[in-house]
Amino acid sequence: MSPLILTHFTSVNALGIGVAAILDALRDGRSGLTPCTFENVALKTWCGTVREADSHPIGGSLADYDGRNNRLAAQAMATDGFDEQVARARSRYGAARIGVFIGTSTSGILETEHAYQARDPVTGRLPTGFHLRETHNLFATTDFVRRSLGLAGPAATVSTACSSSAKVFASAWRMIELGLCDAAVVGGVDSLCRNTLYGFASLELVAPEPCRPCAADRNGISIGEAAGFALLERPAQADAHSGVALLGFGESSDAYHMSSPHPEGDGAVLAMQRALASASLAPDAIDYINMHGTASLVNDAMEDRAITRVFGTDTPASSTKGWTGHTLGAAGITEAVISALCIQHGFMPGNLNTRTLDPSLTGNLLLANREQRVQRVLSNSFGFGGSNASLVLGAAT
Amino acid sequence: MNPVYVDKIGILAPGLTGWEQARATLAGHRTYQSAPLPPLKPAALAPDVRRRTSDHIRFAVEVATDTSRGLSDVTRRLATVFASCDADGQITHDILTEVAKDTPQVSPTRFHNSVNNAAAGYWCMAVGSQQPSTSVAAWDDVAAAGLLEAVAQVLLEHTRVLLVIHDLPMPEPLNSARPVHAAFGAGMLLSRARSAESICALALELAPSGESESTLTDSGLETLRRDNPAARSLALICAIARNQATTVVMPFLGHQVLRIGVQPCA
Repeated sequence: MSPLILTHFTSVNALGIGVAAILDALRDGRSGLTPCTFENVALKTWCGTVREADSHPIGGSLADYDGRNNRLAAQAMATDGFDEQVARARSRYGAARIGVFIGTSTSGILETEHAYQARDPVTGRLPTGFHLRETHNLFATTDFVRRSLGLAGPAATVSTACSSSAKVFASAWRMIELGLCDAAVVGGVDSLCRNTLYGFASLELVAPEPCRPCAADRNGISIGEAAGFALLERPAQADAHSGVALLGFGESSDAYHMSSPHPEGDGAVLAMQRALASASLAPDAIDYINMHGTASLVNDAMEDRAITRVFGTDTPASSTKGWTGHTLGAAGITEAVISALCIQHGFMPGNLNTRTLDPSLTGNLLLANREQRVQRVLSNSFGFGGSNASLVLGAAT
Repeated sequence: MNPVYVDKIGILAPGLTGWEQARATLAGHRTYQSAPLPPLKPAALAPDVRRRTSDHIRFAVEVATDTSRGLSDVTRRLATVFASCDADGQITHDILTEVAKDTPQVSPTRFHNSVNNAAAGYWCMAVGSQQPSTSVAAWDDVAAAGLLEAVAQVLLEHTRVLLVIHDLPMPEPLNSARPVHAAFGAGMLLSRARSAESICALALELAPSGESESTLTDSGLETLRRDNPAARSLALICAIARNQATTVVMPFLGHQVLRIGVQPCA
C-alpha cells in the first residue's frame, strides 16, 4: 500500500497527558495503574484512570456533548498542539477534504448509566438534560471531534470492540486512497464506566492486582481509559514530519467464539500476515511487536503462538498494558502512539509488572526496556467477536 | 471512483420479508403495506447458539442470510461491513438496568453480546469467515457511511463485500430518547467486476451539500424510510428495484451528499 505519514499525534492515558509524559513514564518503568476508585464500583481491581479526565467540562455551543468520554477527547485534542496542527491542515486542504475516523467500544455510555440511576421512579423516564445523541450514541465522539476541529469530510465511528481504533487507520487509508479526502484525523476514545468494569468482572477476566502480561502468574486484565489521535497525510503533501509512517494494515475475523480467541491464533496470524503483505515486508523487517497482550490467560498464550507462527522466536515483543491498562476501543491508537514513540526515540518497552515469563510461551518476550534503534513496529489489536487488526508503523523514508 | 456491482440484495422490515417477496413493492408495482415481522429464527445459527443471541443479532444475521442466498458455504465466507446507528438497544437497556443497582450481577453472555460487532461475530462464526469485518456507525447517515466503507473495501482490497445495514427500535426509556419506529435491515453483496449475476452498477461520489435528498413516492415506504436510520438506504434499494438508470442522493454528515449513480446491468 502507499504509506501515509502520521504528521502529528497525541495521547492522553493513565501515563499522563501528552507524548512527553507518556515517553517519560515508559522510559522510567512507571505504571499508570492505580487501585480502582471509580465512582462507587465495589471491585477489587486496578485501573488505568486518567486522573484529570473530569477536570474540563465542555461548554458553549457544544455543551450537550459534555461527558467523560468527550472530555477525554477534548483534552487529547488540546494536547501536543494537535488541534492547532489540524487547523493548519484544514487551511491547506479545506474542511471537507479532511476525514474523521474514531474507534470506540462503549462511547459515552457512562452518561446513560447516570441517567438510569436517576430514572423517574414512577414513569421510568430518563431525566431531562440527558443527551443520548451527543454523549452515548456510537457516533457521539466522532461528531464531537468533527465539530471541535471544524472538519467536514467523510467520517464514521468504527466500533469493533478492542480492535476499533486500529481499524480506523484502515478505513482512513481507504478514503484517502480513493480520493474522498486528502487527510484524516484517526483516533480512539474509551472511558471508564460501570458497564465494562462489571462486565469484564462477570467474565472473570479482571485481575485483582496490576495486570502482568505474558507472566507465568498472569491472572487477568486491568481496565484503562484513553483518548488519542493522529493526523494522516500523504507523504508528498505533508508539510511537517514526525518521521513515522503507516506502512501497512491487516484485518481478519476469528470465526471461533465471542469472547475467547482462536486457541491456535489463526485469526491473529491472518491479521499479521495481511499487515506484512500490505506493507510489502518480510517478517524479519519488523524490529519490535507491540502485542495486544491483555494479560488474560488465553489471549497471551494465543498471541504468543500466533507471533511464533509468523515471526519465529527472535523478534522482540511486549505488551504495554501493564503501563496503561487495557483501554479497550482506544487500545489501537494508544499503542500506535507508543509504537511511534519507540520509532522516534529508539527504545522497546518491556512487559511491565511481569517478573517471571510464562515458560510455555515461545516468543522473544521482553522483561525490561531496551534502548535500541527501531525502524518498524507491528502493533496488534484483537477484540471480542473475533475482530483482529494489525498495523505496521515505520520510520518514514 | 470506479463503479462497483450489486450482485445480490437482501431486505427485512415490516411487510418486506426478503428481496424476492419485496421486490415488486420496492419497484413501485404494489403499494407498501406494513405487516408484523415473522419470528427471527435464522437458520445460519444453530439452535443453542441462537438462544444465546438477541433480536438485534438475529435480525442482522437474517438480513445477511437473505443477501447471501444461493451462495455455497464456501462462497459465503465474505468480507463484511455491518452498519448500525443505535447498536443493540435491548442488551444496552438490560445492562444499564443491572449496573444501576448497588451490586450489579451482569450476565457474562449478555456482556460479550453487548459489543457493537456482536452481529458480525456471530455471522462470521456461522459461515466460518475469517475475512475482514468492520462495524460502523454515523447517526442518521449510517447507511451512507456503511455503503462508502463497503465500496472502498471492494475497490481497494480486491474482494467481494457483504454489507448489512440494520437498526431496530430500542426498548423504553431509550427509544423516547432516540425514537425509531420500525425495524429495518437491508443488505448488498458488492463486487468489483461485473458478472452474470450483477443486478446493477453503482458509481459513488461525494459532493457539497445542496442537492435535495432522494425521497419515495409511496407514502408508506417514505414513512418507513424516515422512521429508522438504516432505512435511509431505501431510496437506493427502490431505485435498484425499479431497474432504471438514475441518481440517488443521500445526505452525508451535514456538509456533503453521497450521490449514487445507478446503472442497471440487465
